[in-house]
Amino acid sequence: MSEPPALTIAHVSHSYGARKALEDVSFGVERGAFAVLLGLNGAGKSTLFSLITRLYAAREGTIEIFGHNVAREPGEALRRLGVVFQARTLDLELSLRQNLLYHAALHGIGGFEAARKTKEALARAGLGDRANDKARDLSGGQMRRVEIARALLHEPPLLLLDEPTVGLDVKARADILAHVRELVRAKGLGVLWTTHLIDEVADDDAVVILHKGKVLGAGSAADILALAQAGTVAEAFRSLTAELDIAS
Amino acid sequence: MSAAAGFSPRQYATCLGGVVWREALRFLHQRERFVSALVRPLVWLFIFAAGFRQVLGVSIIPPYDTYVLYEVYITPGLMAMIQLFNGMQSSLSMVYDREMGNMRTLLVSPFPRWFLLGSKLMAGVAVSILQVYAYLIIAYFWEIEPPTFWGYLTVLPALALSGLMLGALGMLLSSLIKQLENFAGVMNFVIFPMFFASSALYPLWRVKESSPWLFYVCEANPFTHAVELIRFAFYQQVAWDSLALVVGFTAVFLAGAIIAYDPSKGMLMRKGG
Repeated sequence: MSEPPALTIAHVSHSYGARKALEDVSFGVERGAFAVLLGLNGAGKSTLFSLITRLYAAREGTIEIFGHNVAREPGEALRRLGVVFQARTLDLELSLRQNLLYHAALHGIGGFEAARKTKEALARAGLGDRANDKARDLSGGQMRRVEIARALLHEPPLLLLDEPTVGLDVKARADILAHVRELVRAKGLGVLWTTHLIDEVADDDAVVILHKGKVLGAGSAADILALAQAGTVAEAFRSLTAELDIAS
Repeated sequence: MSAAAGFSPRQYATCLGGVVWREALRFLHQRERFVSALVRPLVWLFIFAAGFRQVLGVSIIPPYDTYVLYEVYITPGLMAMIQLFNGMQSSLSMVYDREMGNMRTLLVSPFPRWFLLGSKLMAGVAVSILQVYAYLIIAYFWEIEPPTFWGYLTVLPALALSGLMLGALGMLLSSLIKQLENFAGVMNFVIFPMFFASSALYPLWRVKESSPWLFYVCEANPFTHAVELIRFAFYQQVAWDSLALVVGFTAVFLAGAIIAYDPSKGMLMRKGG
C-alpha cells in the first residue's frame, strides 16, 4: 500500500451561519512538494487554514495529515505539522531563545534537546547571534524567519504558511520564499504556502486555485495552464476566477 | 481517543512546565502589572480598612475566637481579590492573545486541548499565589498574620483552589468575549459585583440584618466561598461547605471553558478565532 500524502483534504465544506465559506473543497499536498494555495482575500484560505490546524472543526468532509484524521487523531496529526500564521505570533516581550524554548515545550521537548534544537534553528535562520534579543527588536522579515524556524523546531514533515509574505518589502519577500524553497529541497519538507500573490508561484509548484470557497483548479502549474488554456499562471487565475464570477 | 498517544508523562510535564515558565516570564517582564497587583489590596488595607476600622465592628465569628481588627477581617478578602483580578487579567490576556493570534500557537500544540487550557490555568494560579504571598509579607509588617506560622502553609491549598476557580471563570469569560473592547464591561459586571456582594468586606450576618435579599445573593456568590475557604485555612481550619462549593464551581467553570474552546462545539467558530 502506498504511503498517504502529506495532506489530504476531502469534500470539506464550512459555513459561518448562513454564509458559506468553503464548498466541497478537495485537494492534496504530496510529500516533499511545494504547493501554493492561491486565492484572493476572502477566498476562504484562512478558514481552510483554521480547519487544518484544528482551530475549528470541519463540519463536513475530512482532513488528514500523513493519514491521520485531524478530527479523530488531532495529536498525531498536529505533531506532524509546523505552522506559520499570517498574524505575527512571537511573544514580543520574550527573547528569541525564550520564544523557541516555549514552542519546544508545547511539543514535549525540554532540557538539553530543546536548547540544542533552539540553537540550531536560530543558526539556520541566520539569527544565531540574536538569540538573547527581544522579538520586538527584529524587522518584519527577521520575525518571519524566526517564526519559520520555530515552526520547524519539532521537525514536522509538513509546513503550513498562511500568507507569510504579507507586509514584507520586496527583498524580504523574495528572501523568505527562497528560504522555504531551500528547506523543501534540502529537507524534503512538504509545504502548503497560501498567498494571493501570483508571482510567488514557480513553474514546478503544485497549485490550488481557491475562489469564493471553491477549488477552481488543482494540479501542477502546467495542468492549470492547460485547464485555463492560458500562457501564464496569472492569466489562468484571471480566466478561471472570471468564469465563476460570471456564472454567479 | 488517542489525541496524544505518543507522549510520555515526562513530555506532559515539559509542556506544563513550559506554559508556567512563559507565564512567569511575562509576569516578570510586566513590572507594572506586579506593582498594581500589590498596590490594589494595600490601598484597601492601609486606607479603606484604617478608615472603616472605627465604623465597622466585627463580632466574634468563626474562625476567629476573639475580637479582631477590621484589617485582619478583610485580609482574606483582599487575598481573594488579588486572585480575582489575576484571573480576570489572565482572561484579558487570552482575549488579547486570541485577537493577536498568539493563542493559536498554544492551540496547535499536539497535546490535548483540555491539558493545554489546564496548563494555562495552572500557570495563572501560580502567578496569583506569588502575588498573594508578596502581599502577605507586607501585611506582616502591618501586624496582620495568622495565629501561628503554619497558617502561611495551610492557606496554600486554599489559594490554589480559589485561584483555580477564579482562573477557570476568567477562562470561560475569555471564550465568551468577542473583542477586547467588550472586556471593560465584563470587568464592571463581574469583578465589582463579585467583590462587593461577598463576605470580603463585611460578615454576612451584617448583610442579612440590612438586606435578606442581598444576603442570599452573597451566599450564592462563588467569591464568598473562596474568601471563606481562605479565611478558615489561614486559621488552620477547613470551611467544608465552602470547600465543596469552590470545588463544584471550579468544575463547572472549567468544563464550560473546555467546551467553549473545543473546536467542534465552541464559540471560537462564530468569532473567527
